[in-house]
Amino acid sequence: MTETTLLHLTIDNLLIRHPYANDFFSLLGLPCEARHLTVEAFFSSLSDERLNDLGLLREQLEPRLRAFISQMEDLRSESLPTLQNVTLCGGRDKDGRPEDIRLELHPGDVVSVVGPTGSGKSRLLADVECLAQGDTPSGRRLLIDGNAPDENLWLGGEQRLVAQLSQNMNFVMDVSVREFLSLHAESRLVEDIDVAVGQIFSTAVLLAGEPFKLETPVTALSGGQSRALMIADVACLSASPIVLIDEIENAGVDRRQALDLLVKQEKIVLLATHDPLLALLGQRRLVIRNGGIADIIETSDSERALLQRLNRFDRKFAELRDCVRQGKRLDFDLGDFLADCLPHAEQGFLD
Amino acid sequence: MKLVTVAGPPSCGKTSVILRLTETLSKVGSRLGVIKFDCLSSEDEHRYNRAGIPVKLGLAGGLCPDHFFVANIEEGVRWGQRQGFDLLVCESAGLCNRCSPHIRGVLAVCVVDNLSGVHTPAKIGPMLKTADVVVITKGDVVSQAEREVFAFRIKQVNPRAAVVPMNGLTGQGSLMLERHLRTAPETPDLEGVRLRFSMPAALCSYCLGETRIGPDCQIGNIKTMDFS
Repeated sequence: MTETTLLHLTIDNLLIRHPYANDFFSLLGLPCEARHLTVEAFFSSLSDERLNDLGLLREQLEPRLRAFISQMEDLRSESLPTLQNVTLCGGRDKDGRPEDIRLELHPGDVVSVVGPTGSGKSRLLADVECLAQGDTPSGRRLLIDGNAPDENLWLGGEQRLVAQLSQNMNFVMDVSVREFLSLHAESRLVEDIDVAVGQIFSTAVLLAGEPFKLETPVTALSGGQSRALMIADVACLSASPIVLIDEIENAGVDRRQALDLLVKQEKIVLLATHDPLLALLGQRRLVIRNGGIADIIETSDSERALLQRLNRFDRKFAELRDCVRQGKRLDFDLGDFLADCLPHAEQGFLD
Repeated sequence: MKLVTVAGPPSCGKTSVILRLTETLSKVGSRLGVIKFDCLSSEDEHRYNRAGIPVKLGLAGGLCPDHFFVANIEEGVRWGQRQGFDLLVCESAGLCNRCSPHIRGVLAVCVVDNLSGVHTPAKIGPMLKTADVVVITKGDVVSQAEREVFAFRIKQVNPRAAVVPMNGLTGQGSLMLERHLRTAPETPDLEGVRLRFSMPAALCSYCLGETRIGPDCQIGNIKTMDFS
């Protein structure tokens, strides 16, 4: 839009073309009642005193409105971050020994990151989060579709490539689940907010096991429900093609379904964990030692077969948790209880 | 010498951000000094001292901290020049949300934290709206969605600023902030330089120590609410 046409639009017409421009006026503290006025006339109608009180300069109103519209167009436009692959180029470990690795990841890949506490799992996730370019202590580099990320875009505050889920994260907003999801959907400039909210909510309830309501305040959700909502939200609403997960093992969510959901949304998932059931869900696991990637283990067919069986145990344990939750006694024959998990030959070990 | 103004609400992590930044800067051999403006008392001087960073602390006491800042910054820049700094960081707390410490031609950084809530960006005035770089801290403890909403709200009120997420504890993000500081222009002195926005006004009897309440005691720049 040229210099003059924007100023000569009536506020009504401006809002028809750019519905989100309503936020421009309300956020600056300039709610506009007289919508038949042109933008220019509205700006002139504001007194110097009022602008000064709001911390605004008259000559900056128009450039601000333009910058606002162009920012919103960028956010909503189809310039959504998409990528074909991410390449992790090795750096060095804590002793400066080179990390001879070049790992290419594609949408739908799940990679586990394993290693003792303090070995550098979080460092690796942090390198991915900031798309390190040899500038972090590890010296690692990340390439997007084979190239370094566009510096201007990155410095300008483009953080939509990577989303994070971690045990440390909490909801701090004092709002209901519905309001929370609506706020996020608005910030993603989603057209049909109710549909998006409904979809994420039902997904989250499915993952959580324990049902909750749209009216539940987010801060009142249990650990498992919070984590489920965060996962469903990242999978369905975040634009980020890369998702970093740090230690969600004890969260009480259906972890397998959660990962399936992220994979279905074509996310690249990096998962730091000590949990065998989670670690085996990845196609590969990066073994971290002394700050460096010491090994890459491809999940073997026998490990996958083992995972199937271990999952049966996991479900059994979930049953026990439910018993405890419902105030029942854990009074049963262990052999019988685990009968459908173990072939008869192995049952002898339980005695 | 480059000058940078760093401002943000109390306890949002300004000092931690600057301390992490200096760790990055000292690696490239940059000499850095800090002027810390605060209100009543500040422990941050010791944090800078412990990190071996030359610091001058200015306490506004009973004065508007912004007015105190602007009355002292020119001499502060001379101090920085005499010390031979490559970078002088001027840290000030935005206490009333109408604070306006940013200077034309000087790189302006505003620090805000994710915990302050999604409505906060709209409540902060020139300190945020005229900043060149907005650093968002404490992203490690809130959900991804809240981070996204918060960053979105900041981009709405200041669409021209670069938004840099940073962890003041681990220093993650300080490299990106350092890259922005490299673009700061040289500021040999502040002669004839103007503020980006006028300061919050203060000139009434209460500024001069009046403590009695009532219309007879209100003289000067007084604004009244409509309770009808």
